Amino acid sequence: MPATGNSEALAAAFADGPAYVPYLAVGDPDYDASLEYVEALDRGGADVIELGLPFSEPIAEGPTIQGAVVRSLEGGMTPDRFFAFVEDLDVEAPLVCMTYYNLIYQYGDGDGPRDFVEKAAEVGLEGFVVPDLPAEEADPLREACDEFGLDLVFIVAPTTTGDRLERIMSRVSGYVYVQARLGTTGAKSDVADSTTESLDRLREYDVPKAVGFGISTGEHAERIVAGGADGIIVGSALVDIVAEGVEADLSTEAVADRLESLSRELKAGAERGYAARTEAAESR
Amino acid sequence: MSETEPTTTDAAELSRRPGRRRGRDDGKFGRYGGQYVPEALMPAIEELTDAYERYVLENEDGFMDEFRERLADFGGRPTPLQRAERLSERYDREVYLKREDLLHGGAHKLNNALGQVLLAKYMGKERIVAETGAGQHGTATAMAAAHLDVPCEIYMGERDINRQRPNVFRMKLNGAEVNPVTAGRGTLKEAISETMRDWATTVENTHYVIGSVVGPHPFPVMVRDFQAVISEEARAQSIEKTGDLPTDVVACAGGGSNTMGSFAAFVDDESVALHAIEAGGSTLEVDEEAGVAPNSASLFAGEEGVLHGARTKLLQDSDGQIMESHSVSSGLDYAGVGPELAYLVDEGRVTPVAVDDDDALEGFHRLSNTEGIIPALETAHAFGYLEEHAADLGERVVVTVSGRGDKDLDAAIEETDKRDVAGAPDMSMFTGGI
Repeated sequence: MPATGNSEALAAAFADGPAYVPYLAVGDPDYDASLEYVEALDRGGADVIELGLPFSEPIAEGPTIQGAVVRSLEGGMTPDRFFAFVEDLDVEAPLVCMTYYNLIYQYGDGDGPRDFVEKAAEVGLEGFVVPDLPAEEADPLREACDEFGLDLVFIVAPTTTGDRLERIMSRVSGYVYVQARLGTTGAKSDVADSTTESLDRLREYDVPKAVGFGISTGEHAERIVAGGADGIIVGSALVDIVAEGVEADLSTEAVADRLESLSRELKAGAERGYAARTEAAESR
Repeated sequence: MSETEPTTTDAAELSRRPGRRRGRDDGKFGRYGGQYVPEALMPAIEELTDAYERYVLENEDGFMDEFRERLADFGGRPTPLQRAERLSERYDREVYLKREDLLHGGAHKLNNALGQVLLAKYMGKERIVAETGAGQHGTATAMAAAHLDVPCEIYMGERDINRQRPNVFRMKLNGAEVNPVTAGRGTLKEAISETMRDWATTVENTHYVIGSVVGPHPFPVMVRDFQAVISEEARAQSIEKTGDLPTDVVACAGGGSNTMGSFAAFVDDESVALHAIEAGGSTLEVDEEAGVAPNSASLFAGEEGVLHGARTKLLQDSDGQIMESHSVSSGLDYAGVGPELAYLVDEGRVTPVAVDDDDALEGFHRLSNTEGIIPALETAHAFGYLEEHAADLGERVVVTVSGRGDKDLDAAIEETDKRDVAGAPDMSMFTGGI
């Protein structure tokens, strides 16, 4: 697999400066509001957007995204509505689908990932992140992605080393999702030191490295990018804004404004980190 | 009974242990099994696979010897294979009961819990987490953890906590922490997801004692091997008592640990028919709109899919969202089933049958008042099956009494009140007096 991957749009997103990669669960809290929210991320400077297709048993998610999954499923989200959503979206950033393997496997004839990938390509998605699909089980999805020109992003955890890292890096394309700490997704007040070690382990691989899990502020974004990340992935901090909107009964517009404004902060932080890193490299 | 007493297990004997050849190195059973877990858990699963192969399969450091000794001294093994006199007469064939209800804790669950907590100690893990549905696996794990002096936390769905309060108390008596899980409908499925999340955070010092033959490899084969003692004993006891193998083995199936434990040593005996009795709930019809299957019959009515780390048969809607299952017995209330059982069903080696709540409840009362054994509601499904299908069975039937029914008395009273159950005690004269 070429490190640049199948999708030119994903390669371009990481080609020039740090990539800001926000995540939202599609359909949270309903279809129309969710369209507005994803478009707000785009206006806020998203370079890639991860769209979550909710699964009933999200074992890799913390409480924040579990809440989003429940709201979205209660609102009637299904794989077909997800694909319709992608077609309805008006955004510039390339789109990646984040979901669990059973939904990919069951789609269409229920006998493997090919039908889902074909449909994803048709609606204009560029790739996948599948948190419960380790490299060992991923060959059918990898093959379908290559057939339809999509990328398959894998997660590298702080515990991933040696042969496992090799196995993952020989199958990844688009970008690698560097999990900043152990555990499930969720915004934290600080980001973990294990990130730097993970980035060091990945330095020799020629594929963009996007760090996620726990990033919630521009300052986090700055530090992560200054430390060598090619991008930052932010999910729970954004989903928190949607959840607060539901709880406080805020208008769709108000929530969208907050999403756009946090996006600008995160993107600016990532750019500051990138500038600092470039400066340090030049002064050396 | 001498051949069923724990003996020194050498490697040659271990290699002859039934069932083990069916789990190949990659943990696949035909199309089923595998390791569908978040990347953060993969190193732990590889470490566990290595420990399973060394300690369980190769008896390194005498692990299996210590396990069997503790099962005997702490657990009370071997459990009897008892001829059920009234049932034998009623069904006009020999009916034998494998009495796992007499194991310490009152259910077969201790076999697995003790094995895994001991394995965790051999692996140098400092903390145990486990999920529980009915509370039987939680109480067994709490007992084993107390016995082996390891800190233990149990995740249990809020709805199950309300259904099984005495079991919550038992866990706490043994020093375990019990964490309520409020997600979803608050039953076993959500408890497993939440325990996996804990493990993904604490994987470096923690072992996840999964409660059934489900989850990613090596859990299905490892739990089967710990539970296989049920059928290893039953097989030897049957030969000793009757001079022959049974014609049929009947065991209830939720996740499938009792089922695989009851079947493992008989899988290669082609003359022995194996019947997995699932919870048919109130009906086998599903409500796609509400995402509810009012049963837990994943072998009988499920479709292939991926859940909790394995590809297996699941109760799911056409999109692949997992359904909420239902059964009168919370221990069978799970939308999936062990991948090896799914495989054995596809191969035609195991016959799945669904028994509904009504028949299970009648089975509960029948065993109680004819044999003097109050079974768990899970177990009662096997006796509901016997009543309907005894005529289809051979002349020597072994039924595993997977657990005793003390934990289910509140549920049994409530469910009995809703129905006109044959043989149920008349409690009306005591109304208000209890």
